[in-house]
Amino acid sequence: MTDTLMAARLLAAAPGRLGGIWLRGAGPEREAALALLMAAFEGRAVRRVPVHIDEERLCGGLDVAASLAAGHRIEQTGLLQEAAGGLLVVPMAERLPALVAGRIAQAMDAGAGFALVLLDDGGEDEMPPVALTERVAFWCEGVNARNDTEAENLRLSRAKSRDLIGTGGARSLDALGTNGAGEVVASLANLSLALGVDSARALLFAQTATRLHAQWHSRDATDEDLAFAARTVLGPRATRIPQQADDAQPPPPEAEDEPPPGDAESEQEQHDPDALDDLILAAALASIPRDVLARIGEGRSARRASGAGGAGRKRASQLRGRPLGSRPGLPRGGARLALIDTLRAAVPWQEIRRQQEAADAPKRLRIRKGDLRIRRFEERAEALTIFAVDASGSSALARLAEAKGAVELMLAQSYVKRAQVALIAFRGTGAELLLPPTRSLTRAKKVLGELPGGGGTPLALGLAAASELAETQAARGRTPFVALLTDGKGNIDRQGQPGRAQAGADALAAARRFAAAGTQGVVIDISARPQPEAAAIAAAMRARYLALPRADARGVEQAVSALQFGKTA
Amino acid sequence: MAFPFSAIVGQDEMKRALLISAVDPRIGGVMVFGDRGTGKSTAARALSALLPPMVAIAGCRYNCAPDEADRCPDQCGARKTAKVPVPFVDLPLGATEDRVLGALDLERALGRGEKAFEPGLLARAHRGYLYIDEINLLEDHLVDLLLDVAQSGENLVEREGLSVRHPAKFVLIGSGNPEEGELRPQLLDRFGLSVEVKTPQDIEQRIEIMRRCDAQERDAAAFAADWAEADAKIVKRIAKGKKALPKVAMPDETLQDAASLCIAVGADGLRGELTLMRAARAYAALEGAKSAERKHLRAIAPMALRHRLRRDVLDETGSTARIDRALTELFG
Repeated sequence: MTDTLMAARLLAAAPGRLGGIWLRGAGPEREAALALLMAAFEGRAVRRVPVHIDEERLCGGLDVAASLAAGHRIEQTGLLQEAAGGLLVVPMAERLPALVAGRIAQAMDAGAGFALVLLDDGGEDEMPPVALTERVAFWCEGVNARNDTEAENLRLSRAKSRDLIGTGGARSLDALGTNGAGEVVASLANLSLALGVDSARALLFAQTATRLHAQWHSRDATDEDLAFAARTVLGPRATRIPQQADDAQPPPPEAEDEPPPGDAESEQEQHDPDALDDLILAAALASIPRDVLARIGEGRSARRASGAGGAGRKRASQLRGRPLGSRPGLPRGGARLALIDTLRAAVPWQEIRRQQEAADAPKRLRIRKGDLRIRRFEERAEALTIFAVDASGSSALARLAEAKGAVELMLAQSYVKRAQVALIAFRGTGAELLLPPTRSLTRAKKVLGELPGGGGTPLALGLAAASELAETQAARGRTPFVALLTDGKGNIDRQGQPGRAQAGADALAAARRFAAAGTQGVVIDISARPQPEAAAIAAAMRARYLALPRADARGVEQAVSALQFGKTA
Repeated sequence: MAFPFSAIVGQDEMKRALLISAVDPRIGGVMVFGDRGTGKSTAARALSALLPPMVAIAGCRYNCAPDEADRCPDQCGARKTAKVPVPFVDLPLGATEDRVLGALDLERALGRGEKAFEPGLLARAHRGYLYIDEINLLEDHLVDLLLDVAQSGENLVEREGLSVRHPAKFVLIGSGNPEEGELRPQLLDRFGLSVEVKTPQDIEQRIEIMRRCDAQERDAAAFAADWAEADAKIVKRIAKGKKALPKVAMPDETLQDAASLCIAVGADGLRGELTLMRAARAYAALEGAKSAERKHLRAIAPMALRHRLRRDVLDETGSTARIDRALTELFG
């Protein structure tokens, strides 16, 4: 029995208290967990939420078309009501719009009583909306890469799934004893502090999971049960790695109030005698996904949704902006009915429609679905400035510092321009998205606090990363603008290998691909003696070239603003 | 069933801010900064559940109090009164302007050709609380609109040929995590108070959170009964504070303190001073004091000023630290 399956089974036993499960990645294990849940919820409502569901379908409300046809109010039930007491499955949860996620979260807070299953096929940079992941207890892997034969065995038949559930579904939580509650609670509190898990929800989920796991095995809570909760609930949420006793790294800033969990003796002096078991901590640590681990290691917080699953994304332009007249359509998904235009469309047909009806039909306006008009507005796409910064070599620190300053200056006024800012740094043998598109100055400051510099110049990779980000963001309705800060002298090629000639050719090729995508941009050279290479790159990118010797953060920000927004700041 | 207000572990500043806003709703809304799962909405919900039921016209869609029934768009004045719970409206993310303000009743307009107004969430929140989670993700024009209504206490709808005016007095509680998008400073400034919440970093408190939530989940009724006495004390405190509020003196020294504090921290605009004064008075009333003194001002200064400081991109010091520094420099 793997953790994922165990989690699914416990969820089936107490959906109301555990909220749901987040299954990361597609694989046999995910299929098995789903099959198990489906079997457990047999006879109860099971609903899937398509990513592009509209609000009416989700929450219910007036069915406009049916109401008009009938001449009286017809309500439709929403998916959220239908799923009550059952299972709500969200495929492709990483693409779920914040609006839909918000509604689901609200229903869960109000006690909708469904178990939420988030199926996440996203990579490292995309994740389901935090509003939902926060409200599900278990964060589990859907791919089990450790053992293929085991995975093979997990292809369960429905009947077998039901056997696995056993009597667990029927057991009620009221039967839970309070045995050993004190120690369990203390251990969990300690562990959550050590891992930097600050949400009280996670804490309560862990508590319930421990209890249920113990109850499943018909015993008082043991370390094994705690370890299970550590692996499935607390570990994956970790935002810091507990200090080991022999670790040379400087302690994290929160060190004063954080117990040094690797160091068992001082731990015991401070808190409960057997509060934090090394075994449990080890279980939690082993469960931290690799990408989260990498980020914590770099001093950044656990991965966050880029744009919270589309919070800042451009929505249908039926909501705001400059009025553009109306078009046929149904007033749903936030679109507003253009009443006058609807009536205007219906008027010519009144006589004909009246004749089609019985003679004693009531006197009323005869409006058909096809008459409905909705309002349209023109909305200006949100701007996004992508700084791609050459962080290599000796000038790295100065260039990075100025780029960082420019990012912060731009963000400080981003609410005026409704603009977002992202930052990519390239050095050594790769490019890295240090600051995903954001409007938050607080976040930028946190992420850009310590920027690494030095090493070779993988210009081609940096440019490719910038183009890629620009294209994915353009697909989301933003207007990207790339500001490339470099001296144009690449010496690491596309494959990450050193070699000036190949690196130069690759950089030019990347620049031409950039030009082909039609992205706007500028190349800024802030070195003291600008050389022709940067200008050549700019020409290939079909971007402006600016030599700004010894420019500071403000200079860079003004130059970029002037080119991007067409005015000097 | 809401969590008992007095059973919330820690979060003293948020609880204090909510109580102050309950004593004097004119202070304006409360903005709560903090990560998810820190008990923000639990506290707001708990407070509205704690307050004694209010008298309203029975079945009125605008929650009219008997003495304001003559202004009701539905002319509900002739009807009987009833005791209703203090409303708590949770504004969903992505709510449309129509849902919030109210709009033309489509069903009646299209089916029967009547021009009728369907009240929105603002009408439902009248005399209670409007809670907006992740207010920083709400569209700016909606936030503008909400703050406008919250301040004027009246919702004026002039659209689609409708002209409706109805009272909408509510305490706005916004919450958000500044790391996920910031609120424009102009909007922040219009919140009366702001607090920062964090899950306690103390092991005993965390254990206590788990114990209490567990007890509540096991038997909500018994848990509520356990805390009923403590809750009743708070209700009494609020009622006393409300009654005492007009009589609390505001000595010149306190006003002077407020002004010099605002200058010292560089708070923009007059709202800082006004909020300091009102909040100090409400806090003094809540504490049963006869006049608002320096200690009251001190206690509420961070929450009244924190969000009004001009942001300096290059200064890393947090707002709270800047206020604390100014307090120590001025008043020792």
